[in-house]
Order: sequence, then structure tokens, then C-alpha cells
Amino acid sequence: MPDGTQRPPDGARDAARGMRVDLQLIAGLVTPGARVLDIGCGDGALIGHLFRTQGCDARGIELDMALVTRAVAHGLPVMQGDADTDLVHYPDQAFDYVVLSRTLQAVERPLEVLRQMLRISGRAIVSFPNFGHWYLRAQLLLKGRMPMTNSWNRMWYETPNIHPCTIQDFFDLCVAEGYVVEQWLALDDEGHRAPWRRFPQLANLFGEQGLFVLRRG
Amino acid sequence: MDQLEPLAEIAHQTIVFPEGLTLDCGRSLARLAVAYRTYGTLDPVAGNAILICHALTGDQYVAETHPLTGRQGWWSSLVGPGLPIDTDRFFVICANVLGGCMGSTGPRTPHDDKPDEPWGHDFPPVTIRDMVRAQKKLVDHLGIRQLFAVIGGSMGGMQVLEWAATYPEAVFAAVPIATAAHHSAQNIAFNEVGRQAVFADPDWHGGEYWRQGATPARGLAVARMVAHITYLSEQALTRKFGRRLRDASSLTLLDDRFEVESYLQYQGSAFVRRFDANSYLSITRAMDFFDLAAEHGGELSRAFVGCRTRFCLVSFTSDWLFPTAASRNVVNALIRVAANVSFVEIVSDKGHDAFLLDEPDFHRTIAGFIAGCAEHRGLRARAIA
Repeated sequence: MPDGTQRPPDGARDAARGMRVDLQLIAGLVTPGARVLDIGCGDGALIGHLFRTQGCDARGIELDMALVTRAVAHGLPVMQGDADTDLVHYPDQAFDYVVLSRTLQAVERPLEVLRQMLRISGRAIVSFPNFGHWYLRAQLLLKGRMPMTNSWNRMWYETPNIHPCTIQDFFDLCVAEGYVVEQWLALDDEGHRAPWRRFPQLANLFGEQGLFVLRRG
Repeated sequence: MDQLEPLAEIAHQTIVFPEGLTLDCGRSLARLAVAYRTYGTLDPVAGNAILICHALTGDQYVAETHPLTGRQGWWSSLVGPGLPIDTDRFFVICANVLGGCMGSTGPRTPHDDKPDEPWGHDFPPVTIRDMVRAQKKLVDHLGIRQLFAVIGGSMGGMQVLEWAATYPEAVFAAVPIATAAHHSAQNIAFNEVGRQAVFADPDWHGGEYWRQGATPARGLAVARMVAHITYLSEQALTRKFGRRLRDASSLTLLDDRFEVESYLQYQGSAFVRRFDANSYLSITRAMDFFDLAAEHGGELSRAFVGCRTRFCLVSFTSDWLFPTAASRNVVNALIRVAANVSFVEIVSDKGHDAFLLDEPDFHRTIAGFIAGCAEHRGLRARAIA
């Protein structure tokens, strides 16, 4: 390797390759050089990507110790922690963005987590699987049982997703809490942007995930 | 136990600072010696230096055969060419702590006022911060403005925290392992049992055992035995020894000795051949005194205000001497000031000792954290092409 060439740790490079499509969309919402906290960061794929391609000061919190160990062993600044209990320790406005991807439905106190996110950060980027998707509605209507899909794939008694909501529910929550929705998108099941931008009702029917950028009003 | 000769005299690689050192207790050392070892090569901009801080009974011989015991360096599984702390890439420094007995100024080195005698029990009380100040003099002497990393476990971890708090600009990355921001009452209690064992030894002679050519070996060995129990987990002791007997397959109720007894006795007697009792007292005291929050108005996070150091804390699930809660306490203080923190609890049943042993997840964590920091620091993959 020639002098002066910086080489990312192998693991971190691997983590960015094949990053989930919805994470790529989230990365696109973050301005270069920003301070970012990714809550529920898994193996740290997003924060590795944000550091290397956008020069962000990106850090992560993850509940699962095995994933934390893997992330740190890949050179990523990740700590073991719990969104429900550990955000209180951060000072006000310590970050430009706090990301909570596909995790809101699994936390114990979603309202409090969102409040903490917007206390410690200027903007919150939140994605969640949409419980209003037509296929879930159809299963409930036709079978009369809790829906099973790729996102909702565990029995009701063992799912970690204890707080499911729909895209419209989430809009209502933002109004109730006084959050400004700066951007929102519906994603299809591949994580690609779905074309329902102008029609929340249609997005709520056909979007597999909702992705929101919020700030305090 | 047989009467032992006083510790063998060995020439250690040492730098002397004739200006001495003013201590936290208010007293001054007129002359400060720091014994140290280095491994690897310092790069031209002095950007690849890693300082390793040793624990209570460790010393500067991290990654080479120990001159006194003939055993491998205490962290030779972690430090060396191609290892997680790679001496092909980094310039690794380790100094014997102030108050130690492997060449740095301490109870065994000459008394400032009576150069023909050692300090002995008269050695001033030292603190973890005093130890760090002594190391800083060495680091300055070596021409290093900023250490790439400071790494240590147990008491070494206390020094790492103190480094980041006292010289934040001089520490790019900090790795406090299996440690705490203060000793708990339980920690102090165990140390006190050890100290009392030394005091109770007839060869203690009020701390002036060297005058009699004696050494309080029995007391120091008991201190080591008690401490050694705290370094291991119940599972580790059970796995290693269970209730097995030495030289017998079943209890006779006559001269039975359990394996664990002879193991501890061996640990005790081996220890007194390489460690000075007054040093043991000085250093255990320094650990007990350590309270980083108290040094900063009672609020631990104030120790790290504005600190740009990247931290990686590591704890072990079965460590009950420095439990995960103690590391998490430090982690929470660091995030209160939005410091950059990685934190991993390694699953291990080996107790506090795990940080010295071959734990693959631990080693991967250290290697990965260092690689990530090197990337942020813009260090080349190999310092010497």
C-alpha cells in the first residue's frame, strides 16, 4: 500500500457493502460532517457509512451485546445501551441527527424516546414498519388473526414489536407532540422509496415502512 | 514458609528526572526515577505511541521475558508483532508505576534525606494522579506530544481515566478495561485485609524489615492469596479446582489438602519473590484513595468536559471486583458530556483476571477499536513501510 493511503478497517468496509436500502435512504437525509447518533445501530453499518462517505461524527447505541462487540471490533464507536433508559444521559443538542430505524415499535415508551431524541438532537430520523399496510389489514380482515409478513414475522406473544403503529397514527402523534414533519416518505418492502408522497392515505395503505424527519416545533 | 532473601537487585532501564515531583499529598520527591520498557519504533511525527498502564502487581515488562521470574510478559498475548496492540505498527511504552518496586521511585529506592537507606515505610503516600504525572514526564521526555492511545486494566484502567481527565489533549484514544472511577467499600475492605496480614507478620518490623534483612513474606503471601480470590470468579475456581484433593482421591480427614489451597499458596509464595511489601501497601493505598469524581467536585462527568478523546470501555460479565456497573457508571458520565464512547461487556466466566487472559472477543474488540481510531487519526496501516 502506498504511503499516505488510508485504509478503512476490513470489517467496516464489509459492513457498508450491501447496506440495507432504507439505511442508504437515511444516509441521504444526513448532511455531510454532521454529528449523528444511531439508536439501535445493529452492527453499525450506517455509522460506518456516514463516517467514511460523508465525514460524519457518527456513533451508535445497540442493545444486543453480540452486535455491539462486532461493531466495535470493526472499529466503530458503538456502546451497549437501551433507548428506553440511556438517552437521558446525553446533554441537550449534542447531535445534529438522531436516527431510530425500525426500532420505535420495539421500545417500551415510544413517546419518551422521541422526546429524548429531539432533546439531544436538532432532528430525529425515524423509520418504522407500517401496520396500516393493505396486506396486514387484509390478513386481519379475512383471517381474523394477527398478520404475519416479512416485517411482522413473530407470533404476537414473542414479538419484540410491542408498539405497532400506522403512518397515519404517526402523523397524529407528531401533531399531538408539536413536532414538525420536515420530510416523510413511504418505502416499499425492498426499502425503496414508494410513490405515495402526496397522499398520506395511500402511503398508509401501500407503504411498507414510514420514514420521517422531525424537528421540534 | 521459609525466610526469604530480600528482592534481588536488577538493573532496570530508567530515566531520572532531577527536578523531582510534587505529590498530591503536598510532599515532594527531590528526585524521580521512572523505569520503563518500549517496544516497536516511534514514527517521525511521534504519532504512533501507545502507553500501557499496568495493574497493582504488574510492571513494565509487558511483552518480554520477565527478568526476575523468567516468565512471559503479563500481556504478551495482546502486545507484540501482529497482535491486537501491534508492535510492528505502534511504539508501545510501559512504565513501572510511582511507588512500585521494579525500578521507579518507590519504597525500595533511596530515601531523599538518607541516601544510604531505602524509603521503606517512610515513602510519601502517592495517588493514581501522581503515577500519571510521573508517566507524563516520561512521555514528554520521549518527545511525544500526544499519545495515540493509553490502555490499561484494573488499576491500569484507573490511570487511563486519570490520563484522559488530567491531560485530555495528550490522549487521542483511551481504553479503560475492567476498572472503576473509584474503589468501592468492598474493594477497600479486601485491600485492608491484605494490609493487615502484612502488618501482622513478625517480620514486618514496623515497615523497616529491610534493616533486619528480613521480609514479611508470610503476611504478603496471605495478602496476595486474598487478592487472588477476588480476581477469579466462582465458576473459574470450580472449573479449575472444584473440590479436588492434592495427592488423594477421597477425603481421609487427616492431612488432606484441596487443590485450591495449594494453588493459592503457590500464588502467594511466588508473589513475595518479586514484590516488595511496602510497595504493595503504597499502591493498594493509592487505589483506595482514587476517586475521580471527588477530584472534580463530586461529579464524574466534569472530569471529562470538553474531552475529545475517543474512549473504549470494556468490562467482563463475571468480574465482581470491578463489575460492569462500575464501567457503566463511567460510560454514563462520559455521555453526559457527549464524549465519544464505545462500550463492550465481554462474556467470560474468568472473573477480573479475564483482561489478562486469552479472550478472543476481548482481543477482537481491542484490535478493532485501535484500527478504527487509527483510521480517524489518519495513521498509515503500518508505521514503518
